[in-house]
Amino acid sequence: MSHPINRGFDRRQFLKNASLTLAGTALPITMVELAFAKSSDSFNFAYISDSHIQQIKGNSFVRNWDRGLLRAVAETNLLAPRPDFIIFGGDLAQMGSKPELDHGAELLSKLNGKVYHVMGEHDYYLDLGEYWSKLFGKQYYSFDHKGVHFVVLNSILTYDDWTFNRWPTAQQRMAEMAGLDNPNGSPFMVGDKQRDWLKKDLAKVKKDTPVIVFSHSPLQKIYKGWNFWTEDAEAVQALLAPFDKVTVFYGHVHQIQYNQIGNIAFTSAMATAWPWPYPQAYAQAQQLLPKLTVQMNRADPFFERDATGWQCIDIATGRASVNFNLYNNATRTVAYDAQAGHPKDVGYQLDEKRIPPQIHY
Amino acid sequence: MKLFRTSCAATVLLLASTGPMADEFTNNDLERWDGQFQAVVKEGRGLWTSPDMGKNGVVCAQCHPNAANTHPETYPKFQKQLGKVANLWEMVNWCLRNPLEGDPMKADDPRMTAMLAYMAWERRGVKLEPGKH
Repeated sequence: MSHPINRGFDRRQFLKNASLTLAGTALPITMVELAFAKSSDSFNFAYISDSHIQQIKGNSFVRNWDRGLLRAVAETNLLAPRPDFIIFGGDLAQMGSKPELDHGAELLSKLNGKVYHVMGEHDYYLDLGEYWSKLFGKQYYSFDHKGVHFVVLNSILTYDDWTFNRWPTAQQRMAEMAGLDNPNGSPFMVGDKQRDWLKKDLAKVKKDTPVIVFSHSPLQKIYKGWNFWTEDAEAVQALLAPFDKVTVFYGHVHQIQYNQIGNIAFTSAMATAWPWPYPQAYAQAQQLLPKLTVQMNRADPFFERDATGWQCIDIATGRASVNFNLYNNATRTVAYDAQAGHPKDVGYQLDEKRIPPQIHY
Repeated sequence: MKLFRTSCAATVLLLASTGPMADEFTNNDLERWDGQFQAVVKEGRGLWTSPDMGKNGVVCAQCHPNAANTHPETYPKFQKQLGKVANLWEMVNWCLRNPLEGDPMKADDPRMTAMLAYMAWERRGVKLEPGKH
């Protein structure tokens, strides 16, 4: 496949062609464009996350969540030019069971292209990732692609006492962690072992090499009550601090968030399953939603795919341009603004540009 | 005159013998009523996280952690998808039928009362804004 000089133009052309093909329906794509000095280094990848495949019994699964993943897979396969690879951002399953992981893996097997997997807490806390690892491999790893160093972390670990000593059964441990607002949960963390590995892994990487990290939980602290949180976020950020260009992508939050902390740009992924409220919608809690974030349109519960979707990421200049192409709303683009030094929503960043559905209360 | 005073005294005695005045209550009463309310809130939280409310195992809390984004303070309001002014319990039933693939409840079903109590409790302190979108 030839690599176009101007990826932005190509994307528009793709969207135009795609919308013609689909008779004018908006494609739900979140594209992320990482830009490099040399256009030949530009590439894109697709990013699907949080599908929460949920078994009812036997061969029966929750139709709504199945449809979200099926749609994301089908649409990812329509991308032209083809993405270089696909990231699945974690929480493939709801209760971490073999039938759920198997069914999810089967749906994902229809994807054309190499898939890299990120561990989510819903995949992990039944058997501590054993079956997931059989299907998808290592729980943390790195790889290099066209001049970018990619790191995948398992950020949903927690205190050993909670994991190993607290619960009488593995099923209960999974159920306790599965409830987002469950006060019996425990904060996510990357942990010492993985941070040691990360330190060694990054030691081999030049400081001007763009680094892109995938984690399931935000590697920043937003709202502890719902685990929009990583307990050792600062320690992980410190390991990333020496690099010129760092981008962290995370799932878990089922909503659009973006932020800048020092040299690190953060962007979240939408879920394919269902959207979550922004934490300030919970009146009894304090939280720290990044001020930069222009929120998603409030979800319409009558349209079951509203406020869900998936993302395709274009990479050029080492920085990301994320196009959130929502199922039932106008497309959104969150791009790194070199002058401002942080990601910005291209259309809605200014207060006067925001629309009533983006106001949450 | 003497007769009147006697009958008044008799009335007071009668009232005193049958418990407190209707408009009087004690701290014990307040505690008891709050306990009753909190028990119903707790029951509502239980239903909010129960896979038995619908038929596919999906629970309310999956989409609405801490009942967030249910906005009890805005109901009744015009619900464009229903084409009419609706109560919150009608929206609860919409969710029971659709994402939970289950059966709706009557408005005065004690389980509905418990779920509405839980939603209101999680939203306490927010001013009433009926009709707000």
